[in-house]
Amino acid sequence: MDDLIRLLPQLGQATVETLYIVGLSLLFGGIGGLLVGLGLYTTRPGSIYSNRPVFAVLNVVVNVFRPIPFIIFLAAAQPLARAVTGTGIGNTAIIFTLSLAATFGISRVVEQNLLTVQPGVIEAARSMGASRLRIVLTLVIPEALGPLTLGYTFVLIAIVDMSAVAGYVGGGGLGTFAIQFGYRQFNPVVTWAAVIVIVVIVQAVQFIGNGLARKALRR
Amino acid sequence: MPLVSLREVTKAYPSRSRGGYAVTAVDRVSLDIEAGDVYGIIGYSGAGKSTLVRLVNALEPVTSGSILVDGVEVTGLGERELRRLRLGIGMIFQQFNLFTSRTVWKNVAYPLRVAGLGRAETAARVDELLAFVGLSDKAQAYPEQLSGGQKQRVGIARALATRPRILLADEATSALDPETTHEVLALLKRVNEEFGVTIIVITHEMDVIQTLATKVAVMDAGRVVEHGEVFEVFSRPRQASSQRFVSTVVRGVPSAAEIAVLRERHPGRLVTFSFREGEADAGAQGRLFAGLSAAGLEFELVYGGINDIRGRVFGHLTLAVRGADAAIDGALGALPAGVEVTEAHRG
Repeated sequence: MDDLIRLLPQLGQATVETLYIVGLSLLFGGIGGLLVGLGLYTTRPGSIYSNRPVFAVLNVVVNVFRPIPFIIFLAAAQPLARAVTGTGIGNTAIIFTLSLAATFGISRVVEQNLLTVQPGVIEAARSMGASRLRIVLTLVIPEALGPLTLGYTFVLIAIVDMSAVAGYVGGGGLGTFAIQFGYRQFNPVVTWAAVIVIVVIVQAVQFIGNGLARKALRR
Repeated sequence: MPLVSLREVTKAYPSRSRGGYAVTAVDRVSLDIEAGDVYGIIGYSGAGKSTLVRLVNALEPVTSGSILVDGVEVTGLGERELRRLRLGIGMIFQQFNLFTSRTVWKNVAYPLRVAGLGRAETAARVDELLAFVGLSDKAQAYPEQLSGGQKQRVGIARALATRPRILLADEATSALDPETTHEVLALLKRVNEEFGVTIIVITHEMDVIQTLATKVAVMDAGRVVEHGEVFEVFSRPRQASSQRFVSTVVRGVPSAAEIAVLRERHPGRLVTFSFREGEADAGAQGRLFAGLSAAGLEFELVYGGINDIRGRVFGHLTLAVRGADAAIDGALGALPAGVEVTEAHRG
C-alpha cells in the first residue's frame, strides 16, 4: 500500500498517457475506419457506388489484417511505423500502429451498421433526385448514427485493451505501469490499482457512449 | 401528347448464377398516360408492377424500349439529367420510407434542399405542405411517433414538395387499415384534382381503383394484358388473366369452382345476366324477370353483385333457371336490349 502511495504520481502519469494514446488512436483509426467502412458499404454489389473490383480488394485487405493479434501486428508493422513517423518505438509508434489496426477493426463495424439502413429510405432519396454523395453524407450516416455510436463505443474499449501492450515497444500507459511496478515487483496492490483505473475509464466510456446512442436513437 | 409514354419497354434481370435464365420483370410494355390521369396498374404480386413504375423515374434502367416523360427520353440519361427528371416525379411507398433520423418537418424539407431552394422558401413551402396534409401540429415529431396514415401523409407531402407533375404511388395504402386507406385515397384525389398531378398507382386493392383511378392496366407475368377506362376493364374484362384478377375483387361471372358449388345446391340451368350502365336501361331488369315469369319459368338469384365505379354502375346476376329447355332457350333469345348472357356449361 505504501508503495502505491509512493507510485501515485506515476499512476497519474500512466493514466494520462493511456488517455493520450487511446484518444489519438480513436481519432485517426475512427476517421480511417469510417472511410474504409464507407468504401466497403458503398462499393458492395447492389449498393450506390457498386464496384466489384474495389469491393473485393477492400474486403480482402480488411480480412487479412483485421484478425492479426495486436501484439504481433505491432512487431510486424514496426518498419512501417518507423518509415511513416520516424520512430519504431514509444508512444508515437504505438499510436500509429494502433490507429492502423483500429482502422481495419472499425471499418467492419461501420460497414455492418450502415447496412442496417433500410434500402427503401435510400430509394426514396434517389427518387427525389438526391446525388449519391449527398445520400451517403446526409442520409445514410445520420440514419445509422445510433448503432454507429454504440459500435464506436465498443471499439474504443477494444483500443483501451490493445493500448495496454504499448510497453512492448517502449510506450507508456497503464499496461506498462501495471507490468513494471506491479507484476515485476511482486506487488499485486499496484497491479490492481491499474486495473481499477482501467475499469473506471471503460465504465465512463460505456456510460457516455450509451448516453449518446440513446440520444441518437431517441429511446 | 401523352405525359408518359412507354414503347416496347422491357426490363430483364440477369440471373444470379451463371448460365441460368434471365428474369424478365417487364416484357414489351407499351402504355400512354395522359396528363391529369390517375392510372391504376393492377395485378398479382410478382406481375412486374413495381418494376414498371421504377422505370418511369429511372430508379431502374430499362433493358430495351423507350420511355418519354413530358417529351424527354428517359433511357440513357446521365446521372445529372436523371436527378433533374426526378425532381419532377414524386414517389410514395408502401412502407412510407420516411427518414427516421429526421423530424416530419425535415423529411418534407429534404427534397427542397436537394432542389437547391433557399432557407426561407423551404420553410414557407414545408409549412404549406404540412397544412395541406393536415399535419402542421406534427412538424417536430419523429416518424416513429406517427400512425401509419400520418406517415403516409408525410410521405405525400414530401413527394409533392418540389411540385412534381407526376406522382408514383407504389402500393401506397397496402400497409394501412381500411379507414386510413380511405383517408389517404381522399388526399390523393385532392392532389389530382386540386394540383392536376398525374398519378400512377400500383395496387392490388379494388378500393384504390374504385375511388381513385380513371384508367387501369392489368399486368400479368410482366406484360400489360389489358388496359383502358376502369369501367370498361372491370365491367367487361376481355383477357383470361384480367378476368381472373377482376373476379377476385368484383363478384361477376362465377368461376368454374364456384359453379360446381352452386350446381350442388341449386338445380336448373345457371345463367349470368350482365348489366352495364349506358347499355342496359333502368327497366331492363324488370323486363328480364317479367319475361322469365311469362315463359312459365321458375328462377332463383344465386350469385352476383352490383358495382359502382366512379358513379357508373354495372352488375352481374346469376340465376338458377328451372323449366323446359325450349322455354328457357326461348326466354334467353328474347332479352331486353343491352343485357348480356353467359351460361355455365351444363355439367
